[in-house]
Amino acid sequence: MENNLENTTNNNKINIEYSQFDSERMRLNAGPQHPSTHGVLRLEVELDGEIVTDIIPHLGYLHRCFEKHCENSNYNQIVPFVDRLDYVSAINNEFPYVMAVEKLAGIEVSEKVQILRAMCAEINRIANHLLAISAFGLDSGAFTPLLFLFREREFALGILEKLSGARLLYNYFCPGGVRYEIYSDFKKDVKVFIDSVRLAMKEMEDLLIFNDIFIKRTEKIGLLPKEVAINFACSGPVARGSGINFDIRKSAPYSSYDKFDFDIPVVEPGKEVVGVSGDCWSRNWVRVKEIEESCKILEQGITLLPDEGSVTDGIPKKLKVPAGEVYCKAENTKGELGFYLVSNGSDKPERVRARATSFVNLAILPSISKGYMFADLIMILGSIDIVLGEVDR
Amino acid sequence: MGLLNALDNPINADGIILGKVEDLFNWGRAKSNWFLQFGLACCAIEFMAVNASHFDLMRFGNIPRSSPRQADYIVISGTVTLKMAERIKILFEQIPEPRYAISMGSCANSGGPYWQHGYNVLKGIDRVIPIDVYIPGCPPRPEAFEQAVLKLQEKISMEEIFKKRERVAQEDKMLESMLKAEENNFIENVNKHI
Repeated sequence: MENNLENTTNNNKINIEYSQFDSERMRLNAGPQHPSTHGVLRLEVELDGEIVTDIIPHLGYLHRCFEKHCENSNYNQIVPFVDRLDYVSAINNEFPYVMAVEKLAGIEVSEKVQILRAMCAEINRIANHLLAISAFGLDSGAFTPLLFLFREREFALGILEKLSGARLLYNYFCPGGVRYEIYSDFKKDVKVFIDSVRLAMKEMEDLLIFNDIFIKRTEKIGLLPKEVAINFACSGPVARGSGINFDIRKSAPYSSYDKFDFDIPVVEPGKEVVGVSGDCWSRNWVRVKEIEESCKILEQGITLLPDEGSVTDGIPKKLKVPAGEVYCKAENTKGELGFYLVSNGSDKPERVRARATSFVNLAILPSISKGYMFADLIMILGSIDIVLGEVDR
Repeated sequence: MGLLNALDNPINADGIILGKVEDLFNWGRAKSNWFLQFGLACCAIEFMAVNASHFDLMRFGNIPRSSPRQADYIVISGTVTLKMAERIKILFEQIPEPRYAISMGSCANSGGPYWQHGYNVLKGIDRVIPIDVYIPGCPPRPEAFEQAVLKLQEKISMEEIFKKRERVAQEDKMLESMLKAEENNFIENVNKHI
């Protein structure tokens, strides 16, 4: 693994032969209250001057006893707790959980619900990526993109609020369907939203993505080679930025994703726009392209979504889940999110375990940020896009 | 109440304000509160939204500061775990006085959804630091946060500055004498029983 990291040629990494001279190391504590750690992550960083030589991440500052709550709540009551795992993309969290319960209980879901769910997930994905890109810009010292992108993010939250009644944590999906009917202007709102997002992203490419300062700050930083990404089981934009063509929406289509025509943006080695495959800029670029792909899905969803039929009819009055176990996965905004459910036949699950994307993706941080400047470490952390609610659970 | 409200007084004609220096001070203090840029959990995302373009917290004179030494108030935006509680206490104590705290969301108010089974969650941040304004909601709407900021401004603009020390000293004296009287009573009672 070490060799792969060293062999990359286009790299801003600084290599020091420690056998030649002995330098004094400093231990610096970053976090847990530092805003650039994207939550309450504490990093114990060993520095040689300004160069990072070692990182020890300390977790547990937001441990909210998810599994304990699942043991004591019934299947419908768990949905709000699932929301609060990855609180930036709550709908995407509900998706695999609800699918897992449906799989276990053998509930069939109508086509309208499937398409509506996919559309909600994509609106939520856009909202998440807008936040991720603006926070990444904020890490590099650009405050303006945040103001621009949050304007569009309010649109997305507005649509989901009209659907579910909540701005951030929706509690919208439930086994068998969704909680509330679609409102009348849903399709019109989505159309306006797509147009405004496309316009904003065009603006953003001039303002931030292809800005010289931003490129200099992010390219060839935090190189994650393909093999290392596979070894660490990375997924989502982190893996796709390193040239791994992996997306569960394509490789194992769930819900209604096989009906949509969309591409998976991958930054393959040799086909980079800027920088090198696997650097911070590439990971961010995948998110930018994914917003466009989500827009495509939403456009098709408007035509595919049938007008007649109810989305709340399929919800069972009393949810009966037979004993058994199931694993269900879906493409979260950050990568693969899976739920492992064990049922003993009662109304409460025996155990619910989440395969948290951010937790798995965060594991690569120590190995890809050694040898870079301390200021670059913040950029690398921002490009991985973690949410601490999901890491600590 | 405030300095500008003094203009409503008929004595203060022709743009001349007769008022207390205290009001002037409080007017200045209330209208430029700097907060500590610090987020905990889900509410921090809504807190970001409040700061961004749509809701624009800066029009209330609230600017984010990265260091607690420069801040006036802290926003507890999210679930406080036992591990994080001691950190928050240190952060709050680093803010120079007069300092304020806003508790944002159900989790910070009382533990919220993690009240019953959250073995690792502090059941209300007011067990650790004093809170001035509580905002209900999970997470609260940005408008609710803005109202909390206005409530905080209201609280600051009604504060005493000059006579506070004298008053506090007097109160302390009264408290001391009360305690002494109680102590004497207790000793007398004990003596009686002996």
